[in-house]
Amino acid sequence: MNTRIVHIASNTFREAVRDRVLYNLIAFAVLLSGAAILVGQISIEIEKLVVINLGLTAVSLFGVVIAIFIGIGLVSKEIEKRTLYTVLSRPVRRWEFIVGKFFGLAGTLVVNTFFMAIGVFGALLYVAHKFQAPDSWVLVALYFIILQFFMICSLALLFSSFSSPLLSAVFAFSLFVIGSFSDDLRGFAQMATGATRWLVTGVSYLLPNFSALNVIGSVAHGQPVAGQLIAYNTAYSLLYSAMVLSGAILIFQRRNLK
Amino acid sequence: MSHTRQVTLAASLLLGACLLGSAFFLSLAEQVPANAGDPDVIYLRSPRLIKRLSLGYDGLLADIYWTRVVQYFGARHAAHASHYRQLAPLLAITTTLDPHLVVAYQFGANFLSPEPPYGAGMADDAVKLVEFGIQNNPDEWKLYYELGFIYYVDMKDYRRAAEAFARGSQIPNAHPLLKVMAAQMAQHAGDTQMGRALWTTTYQTSEDKQIRANALAHLRALRVADDVTALEDLVAQYGQKTGQLPKNLADMVAAHLLQGIPLDPTGRPYKLTLSGRIEVEAPDDIPFLEKGAPPGYKPPPPKNLESLAR
Repeated sequence: MNTRIVHIASNTFREAVRDRVLYNLIAFAVLLSGAAILVGQISIEIEKLVVINLGLTAVSLFGVVIAIFIGIGLVSKEIEKRTLYTVLSRPVRRWEFIVGKFFGLAGTLVVNTFFMAIGVFGALLYVAHKFQAPDSWVLVALYFIILQFFMICSLALLFSSFSSPLLSAVFAFSLFVIGSFSDDLRGFAQMATGATRWLVTGVSYLLPNFSALNVIGSVAHGQPVAGQLIAYNTAYSLLYSAMVLSGAILIFQRRNLK
Repeated sequence: MSHTRQVTLAASLLLGACLLGSAFFLSLAEQVPANAGDPDVIYLRSPRLIKRLSLGYDGLLADIYWTRVVQYFGARHAAHASHYRQLAPLLAITTTLDPHLVVAYQFGANFLSPEPPYGAGMADDAVKLVEFGIQNNPDEWKLYYELGFIYYVDMKDYRRAAEAFARGSQIPNAHPLLKVMAAQMAQHAGDTQMGRALWTTTYQTSEDKQIRANALAHLRALRVADDVTALEDLVAQYGQKTGQLPKNLADMVAAHLLQGIPLDPTGRPYKLTLSGRIEVEAPDDIPFLEKGAPPGYKPPPPKNLESLAR
């Protein structure tokens, strides 16, 4: 990889760590250990399910919040603090800046998810006393969550490249919510006719689809995830993230920074 | 003492004092009777709407709703509530959010189906719930077993019970006793032998301590039912032989109808009443009694929630 991208990515990662982003791990640990200990006393026979459902939901939601709230400031904050001019006055291209920022944020989230995954498996061991073969599907769910982060990082960067942090946060969060309803949008397209059908179908492909990446419910029951789904989801997420990132580059490339 | 240290000390004292003060007033506020009317309300009733609002995190929400079911049933049960209006809707939300949450069908049906004080007395809703579970988990033989159980124990519909056991026996990896139960249902429907077979299967197929303890409690109640039937037959024989009822069980031992004073499952001797009925000495210690309790006896609510599970 281009060394300039690597430098920007590592600086973005360092900045996130300095911003104490990884402190969310403490809240995560408290949440998960509390649930692991308490749920058995207030409910019946769902200790393991809760640990997996709560653990993976928390990994996903914490990551989404981090991706949105850091991602929206990645470009605009640099412009506001005028540090962007220092960077771009060096032999760094604008697209390298965007791509570097993306990898930095994505890396932060991968590291964060790695530590949270250790927490999930630790809590699982605590409640079940041993690992079973179906528990390995939790790793697939975690992988899908990381793919989801890539898409959200790219969306947050896209909005950050032309909008204010507040509006970027609103846009990114709205797309996260809409992306969770994408199956309903497809359903609506199938019911519509004529031009509406084409329009809604086009919009449903343009908007992110997060529902396909959510296998938390099934892995909690130890149900396997098809190899094809893993391959298709990987290809979809990477291509979608690349598409959105290209859009961010296009906008940022033409943006007047004077 | 430096100024910084003074401020630190004062702030720490203030923090501690305010914490204690706020906790004190909160505890006082909690003692004031609430004027909130009947809290037995679900604001969002549509399972589909709740599933959509979950943004894909429906598994966790199902766990939360399941915990709510357990708490709702437990709280109303402890309060000797006369109705459980929200139990079926809460279970519908839980199982729509996570249709594979088998425990919600099994325990949920056990909360819904039995007559009070052991359950909500809503056997029709329990059947609907378990049928929904079977629709979503057709390979889960325990759900067919549960369905047969409801038909047999709570609805006394032996034909449907036999059908449910027969359907379940066709599932791969089903417990072999399902086939036996389906076959025996025609011959032994309604007698304690069948009930014993059901509870024995529950005991053998569950690893949960509470479920096994509950099955044992039912088996003990069935043993009492058999003992009482047999002893009352002997009392009748004594009456035919001597022209009068025995005064106590010792009379029957003296008449060589019994080898000794029989004991109930708690180790206490059975009692013979003046009217010739056989009763246990402490019915509160033998839950689920169908025979052997004094006339008009109302059993107390079970001591803990899990003991209701079959």
